[in-house]
Amino acid sequence: MYSRAYKSLVAIPPLVWVGAFLLLPYALMFVHSLWAVRESAIVHRWNLDNYKTLFTNPLYAEVLFRTMRIAASVTICSILLGYPLAYYLAFHAGRRKELLYQLVIVPLWVSYLVRGYAWKTILGSDGVLNGFLQYLHLTREPVGFFLYSPFAVVLMLTHIYTPFVFLPIYAALEHIPRPLIEASQDLGAGSLQTFWRVIFPLSMPGLLAGVTFAFVLSLGDFLAPLLVGGPSGTMIANVVQSLFGAAFDWPLGAAISVGILVITISLLFLSEFLEKRWVFK
Amino acid sequence: MSASPTNPPEQSAAEVAALLEIRNAAKRFGAVDVLKSISLNIASGEFLTLLGESGSGKTTLLRLIAGFEPPTAGEIWMGGERLDALPPYKRRVNTVFQNYALFPHLSARDNVAYGLRVKNTPASEISGRVEEALRMVKMQDFATYRPSKLSGGQQQRVALARALVNRPQLLLLDEPLSALDANLRKQMQSELKSLQREIGITFLFVTHDQEEAMALSDRIALLRDGALEQVASPREIYAHPATAYTAQFIGQTNLLRGEIRGSMATCDALRWPLEGSDGPVTFSLRPEAIRLCADGKLETNEVKFRAAVRQQFYGGSSELLEVECGKGQVLRVRIPARGPLTGEHDFVFSMADAIRVRE
Repeated sequence: MYSRAYKSLVAIPPLVWVGAFLLLPYALMFVHSLWAVRESAIVHRWNLDNYKTLFTNPLYAEVLFRTMRIAASVTICSILLGYPLAYYLAFHAGRRKELLYQLVIVPLWVSYLVRGYAWKTILGSDGVLNGFLQYLHLTREPVGFFLYSPFAVVLMLTHIYTPFVFLPIYAALEHIPRPLIEASQDLGAGSLQTFWRVIFPLSMPGLLAGVTFAFVLSLGDFLAPLLVGGPSGTMIANVVQSLFGAAFDWPLGAAISVGILVITISLLFLSEFLEKRWVFK
Repeated sequence: MSASPTNPPEQSAAEVAALLEIRNAAKRFGAVDVLKSISLNIASGEFLTLLGESGSGKTTLLRLIAGFEPPTAGEIWMGGERLDALPPYKRRVNTVFQNYALFPHLSARDNVAYGLRVKNTPASEISGRVEEALRMVKMQDFATYRPSKLSGGQQQRVALARALVNRPQLLLLDEPLSALDANLRKQMQSELKSLQREIGITFLFVTHDQEEAMALSDRIALLRDGALEQVASPREIYAHPATAYTAQFIGQTNLLRGEIRGSMATCDALRWPLEGSDGPVTFSLRPEAIRLCADGKLETNEVKFRAAVRQQFYGGSSELLEVECGKGQVLRVRIPARGPLTGEHDFVFSMADAIRVRE
């Protein structure tokens, strides 16, 4: 048994950390969202105008909608890549498993920024991809929409977040007891039936965690649209950044941030709720 | 009298209506021969037990039949069809797994219905058969429960129902009772046996527990290091073990090692007349074949010896003695319970009970 004093003592560092770096900033953000800007200065006048703007100005709704669309696309693409990969590694990779696993993880060691610039050099007008297509005489002049488009953002974010989707799915698949698969075959199910009736349902918690990672992380992403998005690939985080920067409208920026926070937290709760339904033990 | 491991007397009866024929099946993992050319027939409706220590290959043989492993050599036939070429899901064989392997995301009812659903059985037929199977194992009141909400014994019943609902020709049971506590195990043994009689499905049962094997089986196939040591009915295998290993593995025994010379068997202090060619011999003499001879009277063909009681283990209706007769030769003797016993006494056994076994 630990004494009360000891328990309080060890609780202090995490409490201070969470308070100073999480709760306090969120509180400041929320307070700012209720203030206003007058003649290039923030005035402490309590109002809900920022939220009104958020809901009435179609520009913000449009960006938010595009952001969700991009996040959804990234989620779908990374699952389409990550799930088969995880399945292969968990069930069929044999001795290559360890090596392949490391190869999936290795990109996470490379800086996000470096990977962003790499995509720029691949997708640009005089980039690797266009050069290759022209070399093959498939295109006569550089294809413009590769870079600075929602497509580029989805591509880059999919590249970045696929390992995050892969990992929880792989963990879930690895945890499926192998006798269950044998039992399914024994009862007359072929590979496809075994997958849909046993493996897939039992991998749901992992899939759900992967979906949550990919969607929530893409939703708040700011570097990918900045590097490869261009005007048509702008996402909500970029709007927030410009409101806090050049546009100097912290209260509106804060209001949008609160909006994103509400969406994100709702998603996390939803995911938590669904996961409880899908975890069996 | 003693049965040879590859061709016991019962085998010929089994061949008449053999459901499953294992012909020279072998399995090698890397450099290890887990199974060395096994040939075994299982008759339709039979309860056959594969008995052996861990690592003897009994589970591997079961997995060859279920189809989870391909044999390295040999063939397996069932009802005139080559079984080992079929994938597991095409075999009319179902398995009760050691740790049940129930699907955790499905209720007891859905677990039982699984095999019928994947084979596209009409829904109207499924519900009836599932209810029937659950009733058969007395689990109808737990149909909606997930496996995690069921006790080990209940999971065991669901696993049994899940396999039986498919009406397999052959049911494989891989140490299905090993995870249950002793009382529940006895109860499940008795239920298994009556269930098997009732439905008449052929059971191939794997266990390392010789008592369980004796209690349940029509025949026992004893495996040792990947080879069949002896295949016979429990009574036959107990009364006439073919080898010293069998004699020791099934029940308790005294192994007497000695020689025959001039129609006389000699094992240390024990001597009795026996026809046979000269040379070393081994006998198995069950502890209960030796009796205390209070009045010193001998029946014909009995061997008498004098021995000192060293240990006495009380076992309720009977007690086991460890007695020493000359030159430190220790024999175990089981006698009806009769109270504490010390000092030297006369013991006798019938020559016919000293069964000659191979080493």
